[in-house]
Amino acid sequence: MARVVVDVMLKPEVLDPQGQAVGHALARMGAEGVTSVRQGKHFEIEVAGQAGPELAAAAQRWAAELLANPVIEDFTVSVE
Amino acid sequence: MSARVGVVTFPGSLDDADARRAVGLAGGQAVTLWHKDADLLGVDAVVLPGGFSYGDYLRAGAIAGHAPVMGPLVAAAREGLPVLGICNGFQVLCEAGLLPGVLTRNAGLRFVCRPQALVIESSATVWTSRYRGGQRVVVPVKNGEGRYVADEATLDALEAEGRVVARYADGDPSGSSRSIAGVASADGRVVGLMPHPEHAVDALTGPGTDGLGFFASVLDALVGAR
Repeated sequence: MARVVVDVMLKPEVLDPQGQAVGHALARMGAEGVTSVRQGKHFEIEVAGQAGPELAAAAQRWAAELLANPVIEDFTVSVE
Repeated sequence: MSARVGVVTFPGSLDDADARRAVGLAGGQAVTLWHKDADLLGVDAVVLPGGFSYGDYLRAGAIAGHAPVMGPLVAAAREGLPVLGICNGFQVLCEAGLLPGVLTRNAGLRFVCRPQALVIESSATVWTSRYRGGQRVVVPVKNGEGRYVADEATLDALEAEGRVVARYADGDPSGSSRSIAGVASADGRVVGLMPHPEHAVDALTGPGTDGLGFFASVLDALVGAR
């Protein structure tokens, strides 16, 4: 079994009102020193077979075509 | 025989019945399409309706953008099939790569549901030929993720090419880039619109009948092409 992990974050220049709302809630519960919150997504994908360059290339495609929208999001892919 | 306009139902679509009704009121024949359909049943145009396809999981419209019916639809749209995506349908068209940009959560984080004034910026699309450029219309808006976002270069190109179809007037419900409410493909045959013209086709159930022109426009184009 191989494991693909994809993290997706809004690009820095894209407004993240959800992250801002979380930041405001943190302030209300007394969190100190929080200057910014950005909210993203984390995917863990189990894959039958071996990790290798082919799977890494496929995982890049999965991330770019479905898991993230490259218009507004950046992503990182790791294969274990 | 009147033109046949397909309306796709995805799991979670809400406004497919209203879209079919609007097609009928405009004088067309509505054809029900299903998200698993492998072909478009020979329709002359397609409406992707509003709603919450696949529960808006992942991103609004992202999973519907990969639904089986989208294969033939994307291919046909690239060959000139008229397609109108309304609200969730607009989100699907962006996710499927037929329109630039993306719709994201409203800047105010609120789900906004109200009659909305728009300015029709382009009457040069097959879906807006019944309007005058600069005409004000009022149709309902109802979404939580209607904030249109694209990079500056894309926005500049859309403006320069006359592909901004509609802009919000009297207050932007979503905080969209340049108050954009709708955009078109380069050939003016694929249009995405966040507000709901299909809810403004009957004075009894909507704020007026300003939305009927979208459906009448495409029927003009289809009948004129015969």
